[in-house]
Amino acid sequence: MKLNDAIWGAALMVLAGLLFMHVQAFPAIPGQKIGPSAMPGALAIGLGICGAMLFLRGLRERAQVREAGGAGGGWIELPDWFASPPQIVGFGVLVVINLLYLFGVDRLGFIATGTIYLGALMWALRVPLIRAVPIAIVMTLLIHYAFYKLLKVPLPWGLLQSIAW
Amino acid sequence: MSSAWLQAFGMVFDPYNIVVMLGASLFGLFVGAVPGLTATMATALLVPVTFFMAPIPAIAAMVTATAMAIFSGDIPGCLLRMPGTPASAAYTDEAYAMTKKGLAEIALGAGLVFSAVGGLFGTVVLMVAAPTLAEFALKFSSFEYFWLVLMGLTCAVFISSERPLKGLVTLFLGLLIACVGLGNPAAFPRFTFGNAELLGGIGMVPLMIGAFAVSEIIRYVVDTAPQALIVEAKIGNVFKGMWALAVKYPKQILRGSVLGTIVGALPGAGADIAAWMSYAMSKKFSKEPEKFGTGHVEGIVESGSANNSALAGAWIPALVFGIPGDSITAIVIGVLYMKNMNPGPTLFTTNPQNIYAVYLLFIIANLIMLPLGYLCIKVAKRILRVPRDVLMPVILLFCVVGAFAINNTGFDIGVMLVAGVIAYLLEMNGFPITPLILGVVLGGMLEENLVSSLIKSDGSVLAFFGRPIAATLGVVTLAIWFWPLVKRLFTRAVLPA
Repeated sequence: MKLNDAIWGAALMVLAGLLFMHVQAFPAIPGQKIGPSAMPGALAIGLGICGAMLFLRGLRERAQVREAGGAGGGWIELPDWFASPPQIVGFGVLVVINLLYLFGVDRLGFIATGTIYLGALMWALRVPLIRAVPIAIVMTLLIHYAFYKLLKVPLPWGLLQSIAW
Repeated sequence: MSSAWLQAFGMVFDPYNIVVMLGASLFGLFVGAVPGLTATMATALLVPVTFFMAPIPAIAAMVTATAMAIFSGDIPGCLLRMPGTPASAAYTDEAYAMTKKGLAEIALGAGLVFSAVGGLFGTVVLMVAAPTLAEFALKFSSFEYFWLVLMGLTCAVFISSERPLKGLVTLFLGLLIACVGLGNPAAFPRFTFGNAELLGGIGMVPLMIGAFAVSEIIRYVVDTAPQALIVEAKIGNVFKGMWALAVKYPKQILRGSVLGTIVGALPGAGADIAAWMSYAMSKKFSKEPEKFGTGHVEGIVESGSANNSALAGAWIPALVFGIPGDSITAIVIGVLYMKNMNPGPTLFTTNPQNIYAVYLLFIIANLIMLPLGYLCIKVAKRILRVPRDVLMPVILLFCVVGAFAINNTGFDIGVMLVAGVIAYLLEMNGFPITPLILGVVLGGMLEENLVSSLIKSDGSVLAFFGRPIAATLGVVTLAIWFWPLVKRLFTRAVLPA
């Protein structure tokens, strides 16, 4: 989603303001003039200035495009995939499947979650299920082998705890 | 001295290391050859795997994979007009024009041979320059390091984008991300909001995997018109005619390699920028500029050398100062810290065998590029037929598990995903990601040197210009900042007259 620079500028200025106020509460290093608030404070000021410049630039560009009678220069420019259902589904699946992994992998186990993960994503990318499912199972097992057996990363077993190897 | 070299040879030619290098080469060649997978992504994907290796095999994997990936990005560029990595984008059109004329093997051969030549040149410069600079760097105190890091970050912002303002924004954001956690001179928990996971700061590795790998995958998933990668060209003997080219264009090879090494050594500017600058320079100084764009090999010779020499050049500031020359070395520096091979001048004095091993790795990587790259070209058609709709989900799952593997916490997976989405959004709006990564990598170093300098000087700012090297670096940095402003004021003053 392409936002006009002015929106970015305004958001950055707000962020900078919040940051600056937040760091005022940081305690100083005893006996020193400089403390942990120095760097974030300076960065907040810098960010605020850049935000202001972006804001002005955004407004100026919008005015210029309007003057020239162009089609662009709106506040938001939606990416072309917003109008395309397969891509919206793809993005949606991407978000949902990762949330599922984050919150479900401990309960369900890596092998089950990984298979669902790969299967769902490949389905969203329009791979026929008859190819997607076997590939999902095989690749999940391969990744599991590589990380669990070779690199000794403790991937959760979850539901398959009883047949853990 | 020679015992260190013997040790280095022993470490590099160890059987495990050789297997790692071969595996990493194949990985790098594959990742480079598939459009949508970049060399930086290859490095980020290697981190969870090399995390569990000894330092030298870990570095070997990264050096080899990236050297191969930067070369193999030329292959789809030449055959399909789709660069495999951004570093090949500068001469994709030229190479494709050559393929259309039936000269694909010359374009590919030039890319292969002169990449190796450029890489070896950059390695020689690395071998000569790094120890010299390290001697110099032993005199550095916090003042000098502060200005050096600041100068490096400034270069990164001004070189890597046409409009530095957005680069500056992402740099500030990166530096702010680096402020999260306990890792500051006051050991005060900043921006942790009571979350224990944030006390250690936001993990650099999940962040980088997210920014470089996950964002590419998001881009692929929402791509409304993914192009099918079908190669129709025939490829003959790629090595034929290369010696003749070397004899015809020696100046171009040298110029490309030198420019590449320098650009690589500049923080934030890597192989892709080196290739663009080199191609432009080649056209400008060519005796046949009108032939550029029609399928003329001169530009490919020059920028092919430039992008591989930039890889070696980027290691110069990375090894000597811990300041990454490009995003790949930014990731490698993270790995070096994890392996207790902290970059800096002491690396050259206390454990020189590690440095010698790195030199050897670079030399070997560029030499094995020739046979392995040749094989890769031979099977290019098959590589490009690997279905990306299967590949991308697998890579994404690999990223998720990889991010988990570093600290065994789901929090890192979350960081990676959020970083991926933010990087995707930022890049869509024209904000470059490289300054953000540099800010994250160098933020701690910048603040530590700033605060220790101010404590040492008791708050006085003049002390930052007190020492000769510090003063020089400081003046140069301020000059780079104010140069655009001065230039604008100057032209405005001159024009009315």
